Amino acid sequence: MANAHAVAPLGGRLVTPVTVVLAGLTAIAGVILLIRFFFGIGAVTNVNDGFPWGIWIAYDVMVGSALACGGYAMALLVYIFNRGEYHPLVRPALLASLFGYTLAGASVIFDLGRWWNVWHIFWPGYAQINSVMFEVAVCITAYIVVMWIEFSPVFLEKLGMKDVKRKLNKLLFFFIALGVLLPSMHQSSLGSLLVVFGYQVHPLWQTMLLPLLFLMTAILLGFAVVIFEASLVSVGFKRPGETSILARLSRIMYWTLAAYMAVRVGDLVWRGALGAAFAPTLEALMFWIEMLAFSAPLVLLASESSRARASRLFVSAVLLMLGGFMLRINGFLVGYETGSGYHYFPSVPELLVTIGLVAFEILAYIVFVRMLPVLPKHATH
Amino acid sequence: MNINRRDFLKGALAGGALLGMGAEAEARPNKTMPPQALGLLFDSALCIGCKACVAACKRVNGLPPDPTSGDDPMWDAPLDMSAYTYNVIKVYKSGTAVHKDQETDGYAFMKQSCLHCVDPSCVSACPVSAMLKDPVTGIVSYDAGACIGCRYCVAACPFGVPRFEYDKALPKIGKCELCRHRMADGHYAACAEVCPTGATLYGKVTDLMTEARRRLALKPGEKTVFPRGELGGPDQSYSAPAPKYIPQVYGEKELGGTQMIKLASVPFDKLGHRPLPERSYASISEGLQHTLYSYLILPAAVLGVLGVVAKRNAKHDDDDDGSAGRGRK
Amino acid sequence: MNEIIFDLETGSDAGVAERLGISRREFLKFCAATAATLGLPASAEAAIAKAMESAKRPSVIWLHFQECTGCTESLLRAEHPTLDKLILDVISLDYHETLFAAAGHQVEAARKAAMKANKGKYVLVVEGAIPVKDKGIYCKIGGQTAVDMLKECAADAAAVIAIGSCASWGGMPATDPNPTGASSVAEVLGKPVVTIPGCPPNPYNFLATVVHFLTFGSLPAVDALGRPLFAYSRLIHENCERRAHFDAGRFAIEFGDEGHRKGYCLYKLGCKGPETYANCPVIGFGDVGEVSWPVGCGHPCIGCTEKGVGFTKPIHALAKVKNIEPPASYPGISEDQGKVSLGGAALLAAVAGAAAGAAIHVAKKLDKNDGGTKSEGKKPRAEP
Repeated sequence: MANAHAVAPLGGRLVTPVTVVLAGLTAIAGVILLIRFFFGIGAVTNVNDGFPWGIWIAYDVMVGSALACGGYAMALLVYIFNRGEYHPLVRPALLASLFGYTLAGASVIFDLGRWWNVWHIFWPGYAQINSVMFEVAVCITAYIVVMWIEFSPVFLEKLGMKDVKRKLNKLLFFFIALGVLLPSMHQSSLGSLLVVFGYQVHPLWQTMLLPLLFLMTAILLGFAVVIFEASLVSVGFKRPGETSILARLSRIMYWTLAAYMAVRVGDLVWRGALGAAFAPTLEALMFWIEMLAFSAPLVLLASESSRARASRLFVSAVLLMLGGFMLRINGFLVGYETGSGYHYFPSVPELLVTIGLVAFEILAYIVFVRMLPVLPKHATH
Repeated sequence: MNINRRDFLKGALAGGALLGMGAEAEARPNKTMPPQALGLLFDSALCIGCKACVAACKRVNGLPPDPTSGDDPMWDAPLDMSAYTYNVIKVYKSGTAVHKDQETDGYAFMKQSCLHCVDPSCVSACPVSAMLKDPVTGIVSYDAGACIGCRYCVAACPFGVPRFEYDKALPKIGKCELCRHRMADGHYAACAEVCPTGATLYGKVTDLMTEARRRLALKPGEKTVFPRGELGGPDQSYSAPAPKYIPQVYGEKELGGTQMIKLASVPFDKLGHRPLPERSYASISEGLQHTLYSYLILPAAVLGVLGVVAKRNAKHDDDDDGSAGRGRK
Repeated sequence: MNEIIFDLETGSDAGVAERLGISRREFLKFCAATAATLGLPASAEAAIAKAMESAKRPSVIWLHFQECTGCTESLLRAEHPTLDKLILDVISLDYHETLFAAAGHQVEAARKAAMKANKGKYVLVVEGAIPVKDKGIYCKIGGQTAVDMLKECAADAAAVIAIGSCASWGGMPATDPNPTGASSVAEVLGKPVVTIPGCPPNPYNFLATVVHFLTFGSLPAVDALGRPLFAYSRLIHENCERRAHFDAGRFAIEFGDEGHRKGYCLYKLGCKGPETYANCPVIGFGDVGEVSWPVGCGHPCIGCTEKGVGFTKPIHALAKVKNIEPPASYPGISEDQGKVSLGGAALLAAVAGAAAGAAIHVAKKLDKNDGGTKSEGKKPRAEP
């Protein structure tokens, strides 16, 4: 039931030890990126012709955008399946999504070698519509625009522009619909990117069901991230927990997870690929870590009482995030082999850029919730 | 209770629909080769590893020494193809490596450069049409002006051909383009031009295929004539005994076929050329995309449904609320 | 003229020089040059000088069979030493059909006398192939077939040297269909001999071999075909001055074209350098420097030293490149490439560890929080 809930800026000091550290990490990333733009991507990363995509793509874009699916998952739940009781979780989720996707988009620009031509993707005459990457890029860009529109009521509220806000509200349903369609398209297509790699992707991850697997894990990660962020907010900003609402959310997450595991394992068995999981290889090990991360929540959250415990919810959310992370890292890096003896492991500057971007995301989130009406009003204790 | 089951079933249905579509995504068949397609025939048994082709390719493309040769090198000895080495000859060695073209205790040479696939993965992958296949010659060309440097082509190519300039601030992709920039002057692929033994032969792919099959039909040791340079061009042929070949033309069917086809005396998987299915990866990937997004019919339908549902839920809330004043969000 | 060999009454080197009619310096230069040709270290020069000082000159019997006398002619062009000045004084040439003034029964008798006097000690040099068909009637000297003469002379020889391709492996007379059954010395005698193939061979290959024998009492190291390794262990291709053109793909396609005039590689014109063992590009012919050999003059090598190549393969047919092994620095089918970062691994491990630690900390705190607000959680909806 989408009752109006009061939301308000959190207020409080912007400059804290935490934000200072986050700002510092961001600055380091900025310096490294300057070097990257002056001297080439090889000057700061370990990507090479055998592994042309490193963690800036596999983590920042793939995992980062999946972790940013909180807004998508909540929009699906609240506005499509009409579960209004989850409404208070929407705005914070949307904010995290906004940052996550915007930074994923920024990471793409940092990774592109000829970034000044990026507009070609959208330009007729250049755009190659059969490319999976074309569809991914167009959908993500459109989604970022849609999200900023979806989030604009927050700004309008802060600026006191009520009339504009009312007019926008009448059209919001369309943007909400887009905000559910677009991520469904591009999150699944992020998985489809792997299909053209053919034999280069290990059989444990190469399947025609890649779009479905990536879509389902994106939804799962959306739920997990909502639980994760709500937990962190309650601990970090010393607010009361929202365990009851999260507990109910986790039941939906639970059954979605069960369905996902059925599809994942079923696909492996159907293709006869499960045998590779028992070979003494790095791929097999990483596969089992991934499976464990996805399976453990099925045990941890099996009963209603276990789902009522905040710590269990949080740990399960973290495990799911790990699982989603593993699926993408395994598909794009660990399970990717071009032959010809190439190796890859991210370099220190490469990792520092990723860390710095995540730090920036957290920093921006903190600044936004303190300054804009995002979080539900709670009686402070 | 019911809600949970309902949600689960909804999810399962949606998943099932996508699953069904995934299974049906065989929509697009392999592309076919243009009849006048140009290419190369590389015969590993004729190759003597002289690397004249490596040097010639560098010369006509104005390429610098490969980074793997070190800084300020005395000579260029590339380890592999790179953005600065479009063509490389590699050696297969086994045991004492004394007998040429023998699998055990032998050695053999293999050329690596763009195979100019009939249904290229790179052309399918590139989002900005920087990789294009010429409709007449079938040459896969690269246009740096269009390129965004995303390196999807580098990752997608099953033969690891396109390479990137990781050490440049304004980087490009580099790969063989069959010397198309020399064809206006009446030249052809430089590697074939200089090859002393005719191991690399240039010509129309249909003619090269005929020549390849002719060689496979010979008895080992039987005296025969080998052309050099351009098939059908000025005669530079010579006679020599036919080698013993593995009975396979690599590139005839692999991933829909390639325009550089190869013969060898050592099994191809030992020479860095693994067995590959006939169905091209480009056709599989595009088939999947078309099934899901063809003419955007499915997305539009889904958008329609979503829009109706979202509007209905919004109206529902507004009615319950009694006023639209206090914003929904 | 003939003296018993190796009587050890040695004169001084001044005496040698006087005997040979050259200056002492010229003599020592000869020893140095010979040592270099043999590929011996500089100290060998002294050993050679000492050997030459010994006044005894070994007897040499030189036979001619199916030959063009090119090998002898080649030797006559030698400059250091000139044949007449040094070698004819260093060895005792007791039979040579080309150089002898005498002829007929007289010279045959001289040969037999020398063989008897130097029994077991003379060096036998054979020039030309030996026909074996029809009992060897296609070559007779003084009524005796070449086969018989060879066997007779070889019986009591201290060493047998086959000079020229004809004697070494059959050469030109043995070209298909070989109507006379021209054969090599080794084939006729049924045992391996030292061979100095070439058409003609470089005279210094022969001279150095002989001097080696004089100095050390034994012949130099030879390969399986009896060819001295110092001259025949490398392919011409390995020492050719045009090799860089081969490696860079610069070839002459036709005689007189631009590539030919620029001195490019002659492989496409049929040069047999890649499958021929000889030292022609290293020492050249005619004592005018390295470039005086066929390839240096713009004609592809015809592989004259090599059985199965010279006089067998057409001159302009493509040579087979005989690499025994590919170069060690050749890139393999799969080479280790790409970078793995230890620092990166450490950083990632640190981040992962910190994240795990933080997660556990948060989980604990959540439980604590939960304990305080459990009553709120019972409500079905969250309240503003």
